Amino acid sequence: MMAKVVAVTGNEAVAYALRQVNPDVSAAYPITPATDIMQRFTSYVSNGQVKTEMVLAESEHSAMSGCIGASAAGGRVMTATSSQGLALMWEELFIASGSRLPIVMALVNRALSAPLNIHGDHSDGMGARDCGWIQLWSENAQEAYDNTIQAFRIAEHMDVRLPVMVCLDGFIISHSIERMEYIDDDAVKNFVGAFKAVNPLLDIEHPVSYGPLILPDYYMEYRKAHAEVMAKVPGIVLDVAKDFEKIASRKYGLFEAYRLDDAEIGIVILNSAAGTSKDVIDSFREKGIKAGLLKPRLFRPFPYDEIGNELKHLKAVCVLDRADAFGGSYGPLFIDIAASLYPHKNGPVLSNKIYGLGGRDYLPEHAEYAINELVEIAKTGKVKTLKEYIGVRE
Amino acid sequence: MKLKGWKNVNPGAVCTEAGSALQFKTGSWRAYRPRWIEENCIQCLFCWAYCPDMAVNVKDGKMTGFNYDYCKGCGICALECPGKKGNKAIVMEEEGK
Repeated sequence: MMAKVVAVTGNEAVAYALRQVNPDVSAAYPITPATDIMQRFTSYVSNGQVKTEMVLAESEHSAMSGCIGASAAGGRVMTATSSQGLALMWEELFIASGSRLPIVMALVNRALSAPLNIHGDHSDGMGARDCGWIQLWSENAQEAYDNTIQAFRIAEHMDVRLPVMVCLDGFIISHSIERMEYIDDDAVKNFVGAFKAVNPLLDIEHPVSYGPLILPDYYMEYRKAHAEVMAKVPGIVLDVAKDFEKIASRKYGLFEAYRLDDAEIGIVILNSAAGTSKDVIDSFREKGIKAGLLKPRLFRPFPYDEIGNELKHLKAVCVLDRADAFGGSYGPLFIDIAASLYPHKNGPVLSNKIYGLGGRDYLPEHAEYAINELVEIAKTGKVKTLKEYIGVRE
Repeated sequence: MKLKGWKNVNPGAVCTEAGSALQFKTGSWRAYRPRWIEENCIQCLFCWAYCPDMAVNVKDGKMTGFNYDYCKGCGICALECPGKKGNKAIVMEEEGK
């Protein structure tokens, strides 16, 4: 097992993984902060380091359309985008998943306009959470790299054949340099394996049609089939993680449980902010406060049973969302955590905090504020504010 | 045709059988039905050429009637029909009358 220790940005790490996978086709359009991934990847194309057919599209709508066409034709396909770019891909996202095309896309999470903002939050990914794609979320450059490699295996698994989004925080991860480990080229190549096409359009001996009209007599059967395939995904994600551990010595699950076993209170948080939160949890542990953390990795399909079982013993849980669901509702992560605990009658008291929108820094003091409040809730069993914005000026 | 359950539909709704649209009969969409009046027909085959579907039956180079399994009643054939001495060979009649 050869590992190379490097200091790279999240985008650089994802581009490097894509070079190692060497997909057949990529169609892309630049958007901050994802631009850097495809800029680096197109250099690999120009330098002959990959054999990928690179299509420079005129919009994200066209980029995803190109990916769909190339994937239906029978190729291994990837792309990358952020924010408005993902929004412009909206209708194509459903076509990719409904046609069961195993496209891999890096989503460098960025706030949605308006007001115009280029910095990291999760409103883009959360807006696309129900589009039938698998979503893997990544805390740092290492996880973004590892998830990108595993995404191909998950997407292309014969029992899955669904597109996968690999999410990483814009700028905080995409543009910050971290220490991480690259896996040897051959190990990645062998891990991902040769692409196996299913019903490729280019197989002219066996002509097929994609995208037929499906009326009320059949549409629901296709949706039910999609839902059932989604239900198989968690098991396959775990199988792929087990194989991945053999080449990387890093363990992955459906989520990361940090100091949760003996915990009484817990934080649930996605992506980069989990790192800061874990440090703060350590400092509370030193003071004798039994705090823990759960960081979802597989967000779609959401592993309700597994996460519910992991959190049910806690007295109080604070879910921190880097996106809001407007309309008086809770943040999207909170909604799923609440649903996962619904079957557990004596589960924890829940609260929801919205943080870090549009790249606003998530600071240790925010995690401290949440944990101090959890200590209080655990004592009294009462929540003062079910949902509140933190780090916002009055 | 017996409808399949969700376990038996093709993943991604991909059609793997060529020409399977034949199994999907669309004639029930029709509100108006073309009626062929043979004595006014000069066998110009305009109806066959203009039909947006393949609902005009032709045998040995001659129009022989309509395939009502696929005719949606658009009326283009009746409009284009030159007929004989001003008398149309195709007329549209309301279904169910």
